[in-house]
Amino acid sequence: MSTVARFDIDHIRFLDPQGEALGPLPDFARDPARLIPMYRAMYLTRSFDAKAIALQRTGKLGTFASALGQEAIGVGVASAMRPEDALFPSYREHAAQLVRGVRIEESLRYWGGDERGSDFAEARHDFPNCVPIGTQVCHAAGAAYAFRLRGEARAAVCFLGDGGSSKGDFYEGLNFAAVWKAPLLIVLSNNQWAISVPRSAQSATATLAQKAIAAGVEGVQVDGNDLVAVHHVAREALAKARAGGGPTLIEAVTYRLGDHTTADDASRYRDPAVVQEQWSFEPLTRLRNHLVKLGAWGPEKEEALARECAETVNAAVEAYLSTPPPTTAAMFEHLFATLPAALAAQRDEALRFAPRTAGGQPGGDHG
Amino acid sequence: MAELNLVEAVNLALAHELARDEAVVLLGEDIGANGGVFRATAGLQQRFGAGRVVDTPLAETAIVGTAIGMAAMGLRPVAEIQFSGFLYPAIDHLVNHAARLRNRTRGRLSCPLVVRTPCGGGIHAPEHHSESPEAMLAHTPGLRVVMPSSPARAYGLLLAAIRDPDPVMFLEPTRMYRLFRQEVADDGEALPLDVCFTLRSGSDLTLVSWGAMLHETQAAADALAAEGVSTEVIDVATLKPLDTATILESVARTGRCVIVHEAARTAGLGAEIAACLADEGLYSLLAPVQRVTGYDTVMPLSRLENQYLPSVERIVAAARKTLEAS
Repeated sequence: MSTVARFDIDHIRFLDPQGEALGPLPDFARDPARLIPMYRAMYLTRSFDAKAIALQRTGKLGTFASALGQEAIGVGVASAMRPEDALFPSYREHAAQLVRGVRIEESLRYWGGDERGSDFAEARHDFPNCVPIGTQVCHAAGAAYAFRLRGEARAAVCFLGDGGSSKGDFYEGLNFAAVWKAPLLIVLSNNQWAISVPRSAQSATATLAQKAIAAGVEGVQVDGNDLVAVHHVAREALAKARAGGGPTLIEAVTYRLGDHTTADDASRYRDPAVVQEQWSFEPLTRLRNHLVKLGAWGPEKEEALARECAETVNAAVEAYLSTPPPTTAAMFEHLFATLPAALAAQRDEALRFAPRTAGGQPGGDHG
Repeated sequence: MAELNLVEAVNLALAHELARDEAVVLLGEDIGANGGVFRATAGLQQRFGAGRVVDTPLAETAIVGTAIGMAAMGLRPVAEIQFSGFLYPAIDHLVNHAARLRNRTRGRLSCPLVVRTPCGGGIHAPEHHSESPEAMLAHTPGLRVVMPSSPARAYGLLLAAIRDPDPVMFLEPTRMYRLFRQEVADDGEALPLDVCFTLRSGSDLTLVSWGAMLHETQAAADALAAEGVSTEVIDVATLKPLDTATILESVARTGRCVIVHEAARTAGLGAEIAACLADEGLYSLLAPVQRVTGYDTVMPLSRLENQYLPSVERIVAAARKTLEAS
């Protein structure tokens, strides 16, 4: 017998949970001008998240999926992307979307039941939220192929969860991208829970990063609550992708501090004491402590940031709540580039029976 | 002008579009070096390169899934699913993504994708190689479903499908691939989508069909003509969106309609056409609408498939029934 192949999975972490550097840091991690925008984006994500849940609880938003505790992953990865890259998110990655230029009011429109929420004013190439699990890995692999075929220095970045790593779409997309050496970064936000199913019941593998090995792809595990580690690994992976080095899978280990969605009650299946324990690893405190150690942050700046984020979120909520209702005809207008003749009669029927307040109220609870 | 069979016409249309538009990309299993198991893509990888005629790994979900990403990012992918019986793993991507991307983003992103797949029985193929999935696909809002019935229409409709800004399911009747030859000019002229083609004019009866069944349907029309019955034959060609106007106009003149399809009867497109006649053409009907279809059984293996497929005899019998009723 002989060993024909051998593999390792690295775990990357630069800051410990208290924000202490565990060793030499990458350049950007000592530069407040680079770190503060990312801290701000994480803070804004959390402010938005809290407001969205409050809106849902008061009947002004539909079901919403919180990203509480996972902010460093979306922010760290999206901050390493270029505008011309393309994002393929799951439905829990508004941290990444906000960095990409998706507006909070757009996100609220989406969760409030309005397709216009996915007609991003910026980030025009980014895919909308993907609700069917894992399918976006294939879309991202195809996009990456298009970039490579045209010789463009662009990358596709997709996010999925630990549950998504059990889907065939994940393996198939990963495999295609590997064969094609396509410029793709797959970020697996392992928040330990697929609704109620824990990581241990999802896969028998020691890591999820090692699933890359079967496809001949580099897999790396990173502390997903360490912004520095996430950003560093994403930068390297994207540089490799643009240089023709093919795809990378990053497993970002984190913890879902909130419910699966506002329609879920996680206390039915997990111990609140364990969740409480996980709060000591959350990403904002860690990065804030690091910024304080750099002499770049303090209570005044924190208060100013809190005020600024609250104002930004409140202004977005105003914009969302004052959005005119969608027109009845909108159901038909974007189904095809041109409405087929066969559908004109159905559109006319819908218009004939349209209520005066077409499109209903923003939000409307559906779960 | 060359005399081509249907699969050669498909090849000609693909070559024309690859040459015309560098955004056009083909992907699928065995389509490159091998030229496809039916040779629909023969010679195209040699001519246009492995970057544009892509032999993919063996995974139907990702063939369609990656094609969606390509389409949204500016390519014009034409994906081949080797047999429509293997299309089912890709249904999630077709229904949840390809058909909805434009609507979900209010037109910001779109999916100009063609999925080509051989369909139908009658070629003594192994299990799962003789499916007729058109009604399943036609039920999906946002998908176009097209099925050619001759080499010339395969060429013209495939050009139209590739140039269309939205996803098109292009179902190629396997039994027709090499059934007959016809003159096909490589003139780059697309045929219109979303309309039926009237293959034969008549005044007593309208036969409505598509794909390979038009072969039997036309033979039935010949048999009826020998008995002095004047039969109109309509090739639906685009099954969704359905051109009901042409069918209604025809039946308004003939008063009788027989719909012929190979797919199973219940909730098939024959039911949709019959419902349309009941909705909008009832008062012009002289006899109940008849359907001659595959049965609501599993598509049998080759030894029984000819008993499953609608025959000329069954079509003529249904036609006589409408003639006797009035």
